[in-house]
Order: sequence, then structure tokens, then C-alpha cells
Amino acid sequence: MGLERKDLLTIAALSADQIQLILTTAESLKEVGGRDIKKVPALRGKTVVNLFFEPSTRTRTSFELAAKRLSADVINFSPSTSSMVKGETLVDTARNIEAMQADIIVLRHPSPGAAENLARSVRSSVINAGDGWHEHPTQALLDVFTIKEKKGHVSGLVVLIVGDVAHSRVARSNILALTKLGAEVRVVAPPTMIPFGLEHFGVEVFYNLDEALIGTDVIIMLRLQRERLGRALLPSLREYAKLFCLTPERLKLAKPDAIVMHPGPLNRGVEISPSVADSNVAVILDQVTNGVSVRMALMYLLSGSGERSTLNE
Amino acid sequence: MTKKTGQSPTSSQLLCIQGGIVIDPGHVNGRADVFIQDGNILEVGFPLTNPLCQDSSVTILEANGWIVAPGLVDLHCHLREPGFEYKETIATGAASAVAGGFTTICCMPNTQPVNDNAAITKFMLAQGQEAGKARVFPIGAITKKSEGEELADIGELVDAGCVAISDDGRPVMNSLVMRRALEYAKAFGIPVVDHCEDLHLTDGGCMNEGMVSTELGMPGIPDASEEVMVARNLALADLTGVHVHLAHLSTARSVELVRHAKGQGLPVSAEVCPHHFSITEEAVRCYNSNAKMNPPLRTDEDVQALKQGLVDGTIDVIATDHAPHALQEKQLEFDTAPFGIVGFETALPLTLRLVHDGVLSLEQALDKLTRSPAQLFHLPVGTLQPGTHADIVVFDPHEEWVVDPTKFFSKSQNTPFGGWTVKGKVKMTLVDGRIVYDAR
Repeated sequence: MGLERKDLLTIAALSADQIQLILTTAESLKEVGGRDIKKVPALRGKTVVNLFFEPSTRTRTSFELAAKRLSADVINFSPSTSSMVKGETLVDTARNIEAMQADIIVLRHPSPGAAENLARSVRSSVINAGDGWHEHPTQALLDVFTIKEKKGHVSGLVVLIVGDVAHSRVARSNILALTKLGAEVRVVAPPTMIPFGLEHFGVEVFYNLDEALIGTDVIIMLRLQRERLGRALLPSLREYAKLFCLTPERLKLAKPDAIVMHPGPLNRGVEISPSVADSNVAVILDQVTNGVSVRMALMYLLSGSGERSTLNE
Repeated sequence: MTKKTGQSPTSSQLLCIQGGIVIDPGHVNGRADVFIQDGNILEVGFPLTNPLCQDSSVTILEANGWIVAPGLVDLHCHLREPGFEYKETIATGAASAVAGGFTTICCMPNTQPVNDNAAITKFMLAQGQEAGKARVFPIGAITKKSEGEELADIGELVDAGCVAISDDGRPVMNSLVMRRALEYAKAFGIPVVDHCEDLHLTDGGCMNEGMVSTELGMPGIPDASEEVMVARNLALADLTGVHVHLAHLSTARSVELVRHAKGQGLPVSAEVCPHHFSITEEAVRCYNSNAKMNPPLRTDEDVQALKQGLVDGTIDVIATDHAPHALQEKQLEFDTAPFGIVGFETALPLTLRLVHDGVLSLEQALDKLTRSPAQLFHLPVGTLQPGTHADIVVFDPHEEWVVDPTKFFSKSQNTPFGGWTVKGKVKMTLVDGRIVYDAR
């Protein structure tokens, strides 16, 4: 069974079964990362282009490593924003890349819908590595993979997302993935950071972190974007930290075996206290490790290799 | 066109549109012929009584049972000249207008440079004359460069031919400046037009703030962004007693606010655009930048309220907000593409949907496109009363056609209605008794 789609643009478009397929495939690929020779030939001769219109180190590196472990050739392409100013559209840029016979284009772009727009215009597979505030599907997939790894299952867990949901593609994709897999999802943030009508998306909205933490199995912290300050969304970092920083004392309100996640990079002392980030309840580095496996699984499935048994060569 | 031979006893140009149904809102509604002498309406009736109609020199135009109405009047369009001729020129805009049945169009001042002085106004008028299609009436800026600070030379603008003032697209945010503009405009008897939008509340939004924007992760424009400025303008109309014309209303509460203000007798009028009563925010779902306009497409509830506003007279006018943009601009990502759509060539069939759906009578619908806008801006058009300009649209209200943007007369093709099958086709448009568009 394959994924049977050209692109991976959103979690919204995936069924629970398709998410499970990706997770299962990632599980079998995770072993590769533990080998002495961390490589399988699944994508040998294929070309993967990382097309990043926003600065990113960890996501781009994760995709690059994933592609290389599958033996693909990888090109990193980070057009300066000036080429957009010059009038070249995203589709022009991408068609140039496609003309170089790219098999998979991994796109990070500041505009919502950019990946969908691109996927309509090129024959290459497109993986959305984040489009504006819209979605970041591979982050959500690696998050649910990590939850499943630590908890054995996702269904029935109480998962709390803490922080600026309104401006977060990570939150949008996670809400979709977690609800599709049967988790009970809560969000907590100042009301200025909760988007219109969020309660209709199957989540419970809180404004008080202490109340929201009670009985949670998983806590996903979002990074506070400092550029949100000065736009009347928040009074100060100080007040945000006072109300929303995950401290060891607050953590006691969650279930005793709760785990803490963060997509990185951390604002230590703002949304998460160092003693939580560095404790063994934090699975932040597992998320990074799993990110490579999940991205390998996706590229493997999208390249159509799912039909062939090249995995164990 | 058939022309009878023979010697004319007069040197007049005589024209008769016969065999149509004339709808001249408030005056005529029924089978009638329209008799035109030297570009002016001489008589509308059946049978015609003027002895000249027997003259052998009369040119006969057959209307085949089609609707014959005053040429449509648009109070809100962007012709892009000077400055943005790659999007549209006054000539291409005027050609697009007459293809859509519009014979009078009022163009907004957000050109480059801004129409804040007599030289630009006169240039626009001259280009309109030169194009020889629709009548072009410029709308002057409220403030210099539309920067919202110092008043433009409004007296000079009116003297040069501006019929109203507006800082459309860059609304006057400073309420004191708006108050002074209204007071100052009082001396000239012109309406002040406001695009009601609180730019702080909009905060870079690019579509309606609602369920769809939340789902798409798109920055939203709340209803309140429009409504707080509608409320401000109503209060200022009350304070100054000057006619405020509210451009392109898009929300249910805006309609309610205007309804209440009209009930109190405030000097206020309002317009709606065909796209706002035809489609909703759902059209944005596939990131179609041709569904991006300002104000944004709202919800079905708003659409119903706008229709109700048209029915009960809260909304006086249907205006196009014709806003052409080049293909390469609309090919940008949704959030970076410019706001606006081509409006002239789809406005009539979209309005006729309201008639076919039983929302408005044909006469009510045409009133919002002819007599009502002309009266609000004191324009000598919008009727077929004897003695007025023979500006006329002839259309078949039932003919179906498919909207093909590549066939637009406009220089641009940005419309969300491409591929729609619509009902109502313009057959012929006349200005001063001269055929300026002919699709018979």
C-alpha cells in the first residue's frame, strides 16, 4: 500500500489511515539512523530540492539528512527575497528547478497556500515544509510519531498546545493530526493569540495555563515569536513568562507521566523554564531525531518506492 | 441596421430604437420605441407621436423585444491612468464599460500621481473624450496625495470637473480631517465618498476574518474594520449635515447601521458591488487571488443582508469597484497579490441574477444602476426622459453566455467569475445616440 498522492501539502488532506501509514513507515526507517552506515538506496538517482524562502536551519537540515539517508541527491536553494522583489513568481522559480529534473521539491514559504499553488504548477512531488501561518505537516507528523513512541498510542490522550496558535502553522497542523488520530486537544494562550472560531475545530480553548494543564498527557509548547511584541498582542515578555511559562511547579498539575514537547528553537525562560527543558520529561531532542525518520518515510512514500522492496537491500 | 432612403426635410440625425421593452426607472416600463434627435432623447412611447418619426431619414435600430434602458452609471471604478497604464487605460476602461452596458463611469483618484489637482482631472476628462466610449467623470482626492493630512484643493477639483471626492483605498483615518472635508465640501454641493476601513483593525489582513481564514492560516480583516468607520461616517454626516456616500458595503452590520441612520433622516447613501452579493469567502479556499478584493468577500449571512438592503432601499446603488490588475500581479501568492477585480463586464448579468432569483424586480435592479447613482452624484444622465442625452443600453435579459476573461475589453482579466454561465447579454450601447458597442 502506498500513499497514492503526488504531494504532501497539508494534514487537512490526509486521512487517519494515511497518517498511520506514514508513521509505520517511519518506524521501520528509524533503524537506519542507528546503523554504522546510515544509508539505504531507496531514492538512489532521485533529486530532492530544498526550496526555502524563509530562513531555517533545523527543518532544512532535517530534510537534507533524510534525503541523503535515502541516497537521493540534494540541492539546497534559498532564493533571496530580492529575487521575489525582482518580479519572479514562486511558480517561475519552481519551474526552473523542475526543468533540472527535480523529483521532490521541499518548500518553505511565508505565504499561506504557497505549497498548494506550487503543486498545481509542477509535475514534481511537493512537500510543504511550512507555508505562512497555514500548515507545517511534517512537524505535526514527527510530533505524533514521538507521542506514539513515548505513549504507545495517540487516541484518548489529552494533549495541550501552549502559545500563539493564531500565528502558528505548527499548531494548525498538530490540531488536525491529533484530532484525526483521536486525541483530546486543548489549547491555551492569551485570547489575542487564539484565532477566530477555533472552538469549532474540535479543540477546547483555555486562557489559564494552570487550569489547562490539569490531567494532560502531552504538553506541546509553541515558540513565542518576539516580533509579536509591540503589536498589541502582548503587554511584555515578562508578563507572558509569568502567565505562560512552563515551570516545574506548573508541570505538577499535569499527569505524573506527562511529556513535554517543543518544535524549537527554545526561548528559555519565556515559554519554558530551563529546568523543564533539560529534564527527562522533555522529549525535544527525540522530536529532532524522529523528524529525520518521518521525512525519510514521506519522501520514500511520495517517490512511489512504496511499491518496491528496496528498503531492505 | 436598415436605413430608409429619401431626402430629409431637416438636417437632424434621427434614430429610432424600436420593438424593445423600455425600462426607464420611475418613468416608463413597457413596450415602447425610443426616438432620438441629434444625440438627445426626443420621445419615448408607443406609438410615437412626434411627426418627425415618419421622416424618411430616420435610422431604425431593431430591439427585437430586448430591454432598452438608460445607459448604466457606475459611481466607483479605477481606470489606472495616469500611472498604471499596464493595468488599464482610460480608453480600455471606457471600452470595457460600454461592453458591460455602462455609459457613465466615475473614476477614483488613486492614480499616480493622485488626482488631487485640476491638471490631472482635466487630463482624465480629455482622455475620456478622446476614447469616445463611456462618459468619464473623475472623483477628486479628499486630501493631498490621499495622505489623509491636508485637504486637497477641492474647489479647484470641482471647478475642473470632479463630481465627488474620495480617498478611496487609502481611507481618511483622522476623523478631524474627515469632519473638515465634509464641512468644506458643503460649499460645493458634492458628496464625499468613503471607503470605510479602519486600517489599524485590518492590520495587514487579506481576506474576511472568519472560519475560512482560520483554516487557511490567512491574516483576516474583521467585519469591525468596516463597521467602525461606517459608524464614524454616519456620526459625521449627522454632525455636518453633508452627504456621505459609503462605498462598497460588505457586512450585515454595515447595512443595519445605514438602515438606522436613514431612518433618522441622515444625509447618507450606500453602494454594494456585485461580487459582494454574489459569492462568499468560500471562493478564497483554493487561494484564488482573483477572489481577493477589499472589502473582502464575506459570509452567506452578509450576502443575504446586502440583498435585503437592496430590496428595502437601504442600499441605493450597485457599483462595480472595477479594479483591474495585471496578470503577473495576480500570479503572486494570495497574501501578496493586490486587491481588486475587473467589474464592468460582469456587473449587469450578476445583478440580473437577483432579478431571475426574484430578489428585485427588473425596474428596481436597473434603478440601482441608472437613475439612483446619477441622482446621488448630480449627473445629467441615468434616464430616458425627453431632452436628456441618448445614453442607452440594449440587452437581452435571458441570453446565456459563459464569462471568458480572455475576451474582456478591459486590459486585465482578474475576475473570480471566469467560466461562469450567466444570463443577460448586452446587445448594444449608445452614448449621445452613437453606437459605441454593438454585439447584435
